[in-house]
Amino acid sequence: MTAIFFMVTIALYLGGTAFSSAYLSRRDDTLAKIALGVTGVGFLMHTVALLARVGEAGPESLVSFHDALSFFAWALVLVFLWVDVRHHLHVMGSFLLPLALLSLIWAAVLPKNTTAPMLKTVWVHVTLSMLGTVGFAVAFAAGLMYVIQDGLLKSKQFNVLYSKLPPLDFLDHLNQLAIVTGFPLLTLGIIAGALSAEVARGAYLNWNPEQVWALVTWAFYCVVLLGRITVGWRAKRAAYLTIIGFGGVVLTLIGVVMKGHGAAL
Amino acid sequence: MHIIVVGLSHKTAPVEVREKLAVPESRLDEALARLRSYAGIKEGFLLSTCNRVEVYAVVEQIEEGHARVHEFFSDTHLALSSEQLTPHLYGYTGDRAIGHLFRVAASLDSMIVGEPQILGQLKDAFEVALNHKASGVVLNKLVRKAISVAKRVRTETKIAETAVSVSYAAVELAKKIFSNLSEKTVLLVGAGEMAKLAAQHLVDQGVRKVSITTRDAASAVDLARRFSANSIPFEHFRHEMAEADIVICSTGAARYLIGVEDVEQAVRRRMNRPIFLIDISVPRNIDPAVKDIDNAFLFDIDDLETRVEQNLEERRREAVKAEQMVDEEVEQILHWLKSLEVTPTIVALRHRAEEIKQAEIGKALARLPNLSAQERSVVEGLASGIVNKLLHGSLVTLKAESTSGGGAMFIEAARRFFGLEDPAAAGRPGDTSSATAIDEPDQAESGATRESPEQHPAGKRQT
Repeated sequence: MTAIFFMVTIALYLGGTAFSSAYLSRRDDTLAKIALGVTGVGFLMHTVALLARVGEAGPESLVSFHDALSFFAWALVLVFLWVDVRHHLHVMGSFLLPLALLSLIWAAVLPKNTTAPMLKTVWVHVTLSMLGTVGFAVAFAAGLMYVIQDGLLKSKQFNVLYSKLPPLDFLDHLNQLAIVTGFPLLTLGIIAGALSAEVARGAYLNWNPEQVWALVTWAFYCVVLLGRITVGWRAKRAAYLTIIGFGGVVLTLIGVVMKGHGAAL
Repeated sequence: MHIIVVGLSHKTAPVEVREKLAVPESRLDEALARLRSYAGIKEGFLLSTCNRVEVYAVVEQIEEGHARVHEFFSDTHLALSSEQLTPHLYGYTGDRAIGHLFRVAASLDSMIVGEPQILGQLKDAFEVALNHKASGVVLNKLVRKAISVAKRVRTETKIAETAVSVSYAAVELAKKIFSNLSEKTVLLVGAGEMAKLAAQHLVDQGVRKVSITTRDAASAVDLARRFSANSIPFEHFRHEMAEADIVICSTGAARYLIGVEDVEQAVRRRMNRPIFLIDISVPRNIDPAVKDIDNAFLFDIDDLETRVEQNLEERRREAVKAEQMVDEEVEQILHWLKSLEVTPTIVALRHRAEEIKQAEIGKALARLPNLSAQERSVVEGLASGIVNKLLHGSLVTLKAESTSGGGAMFIEAARRFFGLEDPAAAGRPGDTSSATAIDEPDQAESGATRESPEQHPAGKRQT
C-alpha cells in the first residue's frame, strides 16, 4: 500500500515538475497553477506514504537513505507549496520541484531498510540534517535564480524568464534566510550524529570520508554566513557560493550512498 | 431603432482636422442639446478627446441617422465644410458600432494601445450625457457595458501592465533589482527632463529619499524642493554614490562624469549591494565599461527604448486577446438588446391586462351579489375571453417582430398603447440611470502605465 502511494507521489511530482518547467517559457500562469494543483495532491499522497511508513516501523526506523531522501523531498515540496501559495512565486516550483523529484526517484531505487545496527536516536540526526539540507537546497535555488536574473539584466535580455524571476534583492534575501535557517539545523544534526556515534562506537568522530565531507560542508556554510555579515559576501558572490556549497552537499550524499552504508550516519 | 456611430480619430484624420472638430468641455452641453434636436435621433452621446471625436446615437433610420450626424458635425463646426470633413469620417451601425465603442473604451483603438486615459474620458463624457438626459436606456446600457468591458480587458490581459515610456521603463527595471522601492535612495545627477520624470515615477512608486546634484547649485536647490530632497554639491556627488541605490544621470556634459573606478568604489563601500545606474544623457555621462562591474547595473537610453519597444510589442499581442473579449461581449449585449426588451414588455402587458380584468370583475360581481357559482364563472370567463383575444394578436406580433430589425419600435409602440412603464427602469436595479454608477474609483489609472508626453512617438497625448 505504502509503495503504491509512493509511486503515485513520484508520478504526480513528475507532472508538477513538467508543468512547472513548461511554465518557464509561457507567458500566462495557467501551467503554474496546474503544477501547483498536481504537486499539492502529490504532497498529500507523500504525507500519507510517510505517515504509513512511520506507523509501520516507528520514527526510529527512519534512518535509511530511502527515508532520508523521501523526507528531504517532502520538506522541499512543503517549502515550495508555502512559497507559491503565500507569495505567488510560481517560478520557485521550476527550481525546487526537479530537486524534490530527483531525490524521491533516488529514494525509490534505494533499499527501504538498513541492515546496519542502529541506535534508536539516529533518526533525530537524520531529520535535522535533512531539514538543514532543505535550507541549502532553497539557498541553491535562490542562488541559481539570482545568477540567471543577474545575467539577463547584464546582457539586457528581457525575455519571458526575466519577467518571471523575482527582483534580485528578494532572491538575495531568500538566499540569506535559507542559509540562516539551514545552518543551525545542520549544526544540530551534526551534533546529534556525533552524540549517536559516541554512544554507538565510543567516538564522536572516526574521520571517515563522509564525516569529513560533512564537516567541510558545515565549515563552508559557516564561512559563507560569516562572510555575508562581515565583508559583504552577498548578491552574486553569495549566489555562486551557495550553488557550489549545495554541489558539495550532493557530492557528499552520493559518496556516502555509493559506499553502500545504507544508513545516513 | 438602430445604434450608430459617426466620427473621426487619429487613424482617419490629421490633427489639423481633429482640433477643429473637438468640442471643448464648456460647449458639450450645447452640442448635446443640438444633437438631440435633430429629427430621428432618439439618444445621443458625444465623445471628444484630442485623438477622437465621435457621436454615438440611437436612431430610427440608419441612412437618415448617419446623414443627421454628418449634418450635426458640419453645423457645429462651421470652420470645416462638409467636403473637407466627410473623407475623414467613419460610420458604423449595429454590432459594429457597439464593437467600436467597446474597443475605444478598452483602449484598443488608442494611439498607444492600452493607455488608460481614454476610459476616464469616456466616463466623463457619459456623465455629461446622463446629466443632459441625452442618452437613454440603450446608450446608457451600452456605455456602462463598454466601461465594464474595458475593466475586464485590463484585468484579464496584460495590455496595460508594461511600461511604454522611457522614464517608466526605468522604474520597471528598478523593480527587477529592488523589491521594495520605499527603502531605496535615488541620486539625481543633472536635471534633464526625462531624469526628472523618472525620479517622479520612482517617488510615486514609494521612494522616499531623493538626493540631487547639478553643476548649477541654484537649480539643484529648486529641484530639491520639488522632491523634498537634499541637494549635494556637484564636486562631492561621486562620494555620495555609495549611499544611492539608484543613480539617474542626465546632464549636458560631453564627457563621462561617472567612471569605472567611481562605481567600483561605490559598490565596494556598499558591501556589494546592487546599484542601479540609468544614463539618460546623450552623449553618455557614465562610462559604458561600468556594465562589467559586478553588482552594478547600467542602462542607457537605448536600452530603455528597446524595453519600451518590446513592451509595445507585448501590448499588441495582448490586444489580440482583448479583441476576442470584445467580440464575446458584443455578442452578449446584442442578445440583451434583442431579448430583454420584448420579454419584460410581454410580462408587463399581461400583468396590466390581468389587473384591469380583476378590477372589472370585482366591480361587476359586487353589483351582482346573488349569482350562482356557475354564473360567476361565466362572468369571469367572459372577462378572460375578451382580454385574451385582445392581447393575443399583439403578443404574437411582438414576439415575432422582436428579433427583426424593427423590433424595438414595435415594443415601444406596445408600451405606449398600453401605458406600460419603462421595463429597463422598472426591472433592473443595477441599471438605474443615476450618474453615480459610473464613478467607481479606478486604481489602475494612476498605476503602472502613467503616461507622460515624452513617451509618445508622435509627441501627441490623448487629452
